[in-house]
Amino acid sequence: MQDLARRRSVSSPPDLSRFLPPPLFVLQPLLGFVVRRVAQKHPALFDRLGPHRRTRFVIDPRGLPFALLLVPDPEALEFRAVARGREPASDARIAGRFLDLLSLVDGAADGDALFFSRDLEISGDTEAVVCLRNALDDVEHSIAEDVAGLFGAPGRLALDMLRRARRDNGDRS
Amino acid sequence: MKRPELVCPAGTPASLRTAVDAGADAVYCGFQNATNARNFPGLNFTQRELSVAVEYAHNAGAKVLLAVNTFPTAGRFDLWREAIDLGAALEVDAFIVADIGVAAYAAEKWPERRLHLSVQAAASSPEAIGYYAREFGVKRVVLPRILTVPEIRALADAIPCEIETFVFGNHGLMVEGRCSLTNYATGISTNMDGVCSPAADVHYDRADDGSITTRLGTHTIDRFAAGELAGYPTICKGRYLTPARGEPYYAFEEPVSLNLAALLPDLIAVGVDAFKIEGRQRSRAYVKSVVEAFRTAIDSVLAGEPPQLADLVSLTEGQKQTEGAFKTKKWR
Amino acid sequence: MRQELTLGPVLYHWSPEELLDFYARIADEAPVGTVYLGEVICSKRSPFFDRHVPAVIERLQRAGKTVVLSSLAEVVLKREREMMRDLCAMTEPEIEINNAAGLFSIGGRAHRVGPMMNVYNEQTMARLAAGGATHFSLPVEMPGPVVGRMAEAADRLGKAVEVQVFGRASLAVSARCYHARAHRRTKDSCQFVCADDPDGMPLTTVTGQPFLTVNGIQTQSHSYVNLADEMDEMRGMKVTHFRLSPQRVDMVAVADIFAERLAGRITGDEAAAQLDALKLPAPFSNGFWHGREGGRQFGPRAA
Repeated sequence: MQDLARRRSVSSPPDLSRFLPPPLFVLQPLLGFVVRRVAQKHPALFDRLGPHRRTRFVIDPRGLPFALLLVPDPEALEFRAVARGREPASDARIAGRFLDLLSLVDGAADGDALFFSRDLEISGDTEAVVCLRNALDDVEHSIAEDVAGLFGAPGRLALDMLRRARRDNGDRS
Repeated sequence: MKRPELVCPAGTPASLRTAVDAGADAVYCGFQNATNARNFPGLNFTQRELSVAVEYAHNAGAKVLLAVNTFPTAGRFDLWREAIDLGAALEVDAFIVADIGVAAYAAEKWPERRLHLSVQAAASSPEAIGYYAREFGVKRVVLPRILTVPEIRALADAIPCEIETFVFGNHGLMVEGRCSLTNYATGISTNMDGVCSPAADVHYDRADDGSITTRLGTHTIDRFAAGELAGYPTICKGRYLTPARGEPYYAFEEPVSLNLAALLPDLIAVGVDAFKIEGRQRSRAYVKSVVEAFRTAIDSVLAGEPPQLADLVSLTEGQKQTEGAFKTKKWR
Repeated sequence: MRQELTLGPVLYHWSPEELLDFYARIADEAPVGTVYLGEVICSKRSPFFDRHVPAVIERLQRAGKTVVLSSLAEVVLKREREMMRDLCAMTEPEIEINNAAGLFSIGGRAHRVGPMMNVYNEQTMARLAAGGATHFSLPVEMPGPVVGRMAEAADRLGKAVEVQVFGRASLAVSARCYHARAHRRTKDSCQFVCADDPDGMPLTTVTGQPFLTVNGIQTQSHSYVNLADEMDEMRGMKVTHFRLSPQRVDMVAVADIFAERLAGRITGDEAAAQLDALKLPAPFSNGFWHGREGGRQFGPRAA
């Protein structure tokens, strides 16, 4: 088990440069579009969130130049990239490697397992994070696929590559 | 050889479908309230969701067991009564109960419906199990995770009902249904509210050296150095100080999960009727991996082959697994 | 309605000499109506005191006390099952059942139901009453308003209801012995190391907060439950019995204070001042009664 941890920590991270996101001003409308689309397709998700619809989540994909702010309120949806160093106030914060976070949303990783291995770090309103995790986990058709689908064939290709990168990097699901 | 039932957790409708598709013979689940012992935010079923889920499971030949396994306090009994009545109306295959009053109600109102005795009832002797079987016609007991395989064999011969044992997942240390540790620290009761270590009271404080201090309410449960593997933020998995020890130590148990895959042939041989996988609070990814692994392992044992064991260690707490009390009395 | 103080069973592993002295003093001096006797926590401890039990029963009865024999809370092993069966076969004195195994063996005879049994609602109470239960010690975590409802129900059934008003709260029991574990032993090879801690073994958090107390397989609170203040409310609720759980302190002095309080001769404030003067080794808590964190103190003396 020590071996497992060590192997992971020394394995070189996959080359993410191919997937590096476009500049923020290009990214913002895309994120907005994505979250509205998810909300439209999976309304039950908000029932599960209950009072945490108004929670401000910051999602920190380590290694990327920005973090994400999510307010999953169907009345006032917010999902946008924020520059590091100018992170807004939040109620809950989730930090992890981009690939792990993607796998969580993809339904391919287990949040508790990522937490046990310390690959996922949470702070602030723990209940909100647990609730968001549980609500997302009930969305059976992968959100990641939906999102990739928005970008047509190139999007699906990018997701496939990311999934492969994740597997090569030590699948923990 | 008797074919044991594989009983799998379903925290959400998606998990339920995942478990059924992965080969579960039965799934267990609960409503979104205090009537079950995994009353966690964002988890569990609405009436409509359960109705759809039961149909899905039944179409695939799987059973649905409804957990109504907490202890209603005086004045709140109606909520538990409604859960039972609703479960009966939605045609669940059995109720998993712990409270004597709830068991009495279900047995009287729905005598044709199977009753399973929850691990929360902590029945660990032929007499205790015999009481519930005699009084309420309980058809199956979920055994506390404290007995060795020979003890389970002796029990199987001495009781008038089926035996279900846990084979994988979170390893509860305290006698279930008798633990008020969470309530002592948070004001939320495991028995009365169905919550152990409520997430709202769990806090992770990160220090500059990368260490993380875990608090439940105002009490520190543990501190993990940077990179050290973590466990659930429950009191019984924490580290404490006592005069007999120089260093903080796991006073109750280390972060570790139960995995009895290797003991499956023994457990089947002594007459266990059902194997339970813990983890309604876990993800679909967990459900899929663990259910598939145990489906394969059980089928290979039944086919007379050595059990094929998938590597599940990455899903375990502290990335460590144990056979706990099942293997040796020394665990105690 | 009669209301009286009781002395719960000694939950720690005290030596036979200490127990004999303790009960002699209780018989002579403590203003409690009922004394519970017997090993509740660990079946390995029982043989030490068993042979003295008949004499202690006689001594306490001679002093006018009602004596009740308490059962084990955990019944798994053969010897534990036999202990429970033997206890349930007794006709005198009364017994208190702390494990469902006893419900099987009691066969409808009169018995009390201990605080380790989960009696949280009227339906459970009625069912057990129909099986011979005469007296219910409620779970230590039960909030005050629920106790009120349970006491009402018991009153209608003509049964007694008991609430622990003093001493460490039992928070959990386990199959595993945490005393042995602390000393790197197992339950079977414990060498009775729990005897070294007559008021339990402290567990402190890594940040230095006193938190829990280990007593063999049992985990208790660090704080002493103290509901002296809440006793006016309880009396109005038809709670019939008020339990003092023995700690390694001057229990006669504690009983004196609670007896005065029960009789209405001193106020909650006066009881608190007198208890403070005893310089007890742990802080008080009443959070469970108030439906809050069990370890906290609420009301006028909130910390």
